[in-house]
Amino acid sequence: MKRRVQSKSAMRRLAANPGGSDNSRLRASGPRRGERAIYWALAGCAGLSIVTTTAIVISLLIPSLQFFGEVPLGDFLFGTDWSPTINPHSFGVLAIVAGTFSVTLWALLFAVPVGLGVAIYLSEYASRRRRRLLKPLVELLAGVPTVAFGFFALSFLTPLIQGIWPGFLGDEPGVFSVASAGLAIGLMIVPMIASVSEDAMRAVPNALREGAYALGATRARVATRVVFPAALSGIVAAIILAISRTVGETMIVLIAAGNTPNENIFKSFNPVESIQAMTGFIGSIATGDLATGSLEYKTVFAVALLLFVMTLAMNAVSIRLVNRYREVYE
Amino acid sequence: MRPGDPRTARAEVALASARGVGTEIFSSQPRADVIRAAAFSVALYAALALAVLGLAVLVLDNLIEGAPRLNPALLTNGTSSLPANAGLRSALIGTLWIIGFVIVLIVPLGVGAAVFLEEYAGSRSRVARLIELNVQNLAAVPSIIYGLLGLAFIARAPLNLGFVVLTASLTLALLVLPVVILVAREALRAVPGSVREGSLALGATKWQTIRHQVLPAAVPGIATGVILAISRAIGETAPLVPLGAATFVTFDPNGPFSRYTALPLQIFDWVKQPQAEFQTLAAAAIIVMLGLLLAMNSVAIWLRNRYERSW
Repeated sequence: MKRRVQSKSAMRRLAANPGGSDNSRLRASGPRRGERAIYWALAGCAGLSIVTTTAIVISLLIPSLQFFGEVPLGDFLFGTDWSPTINPHSFGVLAIVAGTFSVTLWALLFAVPVGLGVAIYLSEYASRRRRRLLKPLVELLAGVPTVAFGFFALSFLTPLIQGIWPGFLGDEPGVFSVASAGLAIGLMIVPMIASVSEDAMRAVPNALREGAYALGATRARVATRVVFPAALSGIVAAIILAISRTVGETMIVLIAAGNTPNENIFKSFNPVESIQAMTGFIGSIATGDLATGSLEYKTVFAVALLLFVMTLAMNAVSIRLVNRYREVYE
Repeated sequence: MRPGDPRTARAEVALASARGVGTEIFSSQPRADVIRAAAFSVALYAALALAVLGLAVLVLDNLIEGAPRLNPALLTNGTSSLPANAGLRSALIGTLWIIGFVIVLIVPLGVGAAVFLEEYAGSRSRVARLIELNVQNLAAVPSIIYGLLGLAFIARAPLNLGFVVLTASLTLALLVLPVVILVAREALRAVPGSVREGSLALGATKWQTIRHQVLPAAVPGIATGVILAISRAIGETAPLVPLGAATFVTFDPNGPFSRYTALPLQIFDWVKQPQAEFQTLAAAAIIVMLGLLLAMNSVAIWLRNRYERSW
């Protein structure tokens, strides 16, 4: 780390005064305008990310503002009756927010224990060889397209859940259910939780582990009482990132969770129910033939703006946490 | 010697080892702890098994279900409303066109941004930190929102391209650019400063140094990032849904301004159909897509291992 800093400052000195002295023979032979042009071209590439963000915000904000000109903000944010396309119109977004949270809850119930288990195993238990073999295998899951997870939920998980559903829990889930979509999303986010938390755990200095072992602690105790708390901020960051990913996931909920907003928001949390999530609504309404300027169009963008704000807030917290633990141990 | 005195313990250890019965003292972990540790490691193996089994079952389920349609006709038949005649040709050609333009867009833009952030801006500059934070955030924006951006600004006014291949390429390029930038920066950072200093000391300009020394050394890392980004772009479905990709395309897309369908969209369309034959087709098409992505990821891993240099 230190060497790099030194070399950078050396570079800067060289760039400012190429000869290192007033020896005129070592000076550049021309003004080299090309270098400036290249600098600005590269800066333009980097600046494109700012343009993208701005474009996203503007594209969401304008139709949303028009939407709130027609529908009162309070009705939108606090209503629970969601019927934006069928008369009588009603725009209580809480019905589909509940759907999103419900899917997230069931996904996390699967993904957090499994993801953290994998992370602890890879970081604290696995030998070097096993880690080299198993880590890419788990990360392959992250490369599977979401449409494949959606189909997996519909064709495998739903029948599986219906088959093993214990009768005393009431009716078994139908074709579309939160449980099946949640489980598929859970499987999808396991590698994300596992790899970000594993990074955090491996960043914990070995001296802490050795100290605990010297006091006679078992490996399980070292993992749960020493490494886990020390890596907690990274683990929390991993989970928040996974939540944000789940909230924004479209194809799996569109395929497997159904399309029925529930006015009773508690009903959405029942795993056997069919629900509508925010992304599911956007995906089912925003197809190519959606007319610009129609109320449906504006509704889609208002829901998208809410989704964007929610994920942005979570990402900001998560990025901050990740950057912080990186600084602490390096 | 009082009990609790460190000398007591030390004396005991000395005595014990003298008598050759050290095990009794050293194996003094409480029984409950040992049992708990065993249970914990069983739980860890269970978690690992669930993750790996999940992947295995996903692939096997599609393989078994799609087996009847996994034949060359799947790749050569065009779109059809009859499941017996339907195939992936139009979708594969559409995906090729889209991804071709995505590559043309993301390589210069992504590498350019990474070079600017890593070589020109310096890690302490405020602009660089702002852009870096922005890129990290963009990487986590839900993909459906990129689709809406494409719908609002690219397919319709101001760019007004309509629902064509280029619209999809531009949208997907914006979506995967953060991946390219983040990975390319890592690759540039791994090139040691001495390489740059050597070049600068010989009188090369900054750009000559980057062009002839730094970038060639970083190519394997950058290529890995580009391949990862492309495999993400191939599998993304959600952003294409609002972009009006007509899923019933009976012709082969033939250029940037052609209407199109794409591999994941075709799968989505088949998944939605009620007939069981279309479900079989969907499963077979998923196997084709997974095979394609697996091949690309393997190339990325091979590239990284083959050309990885330790400085």
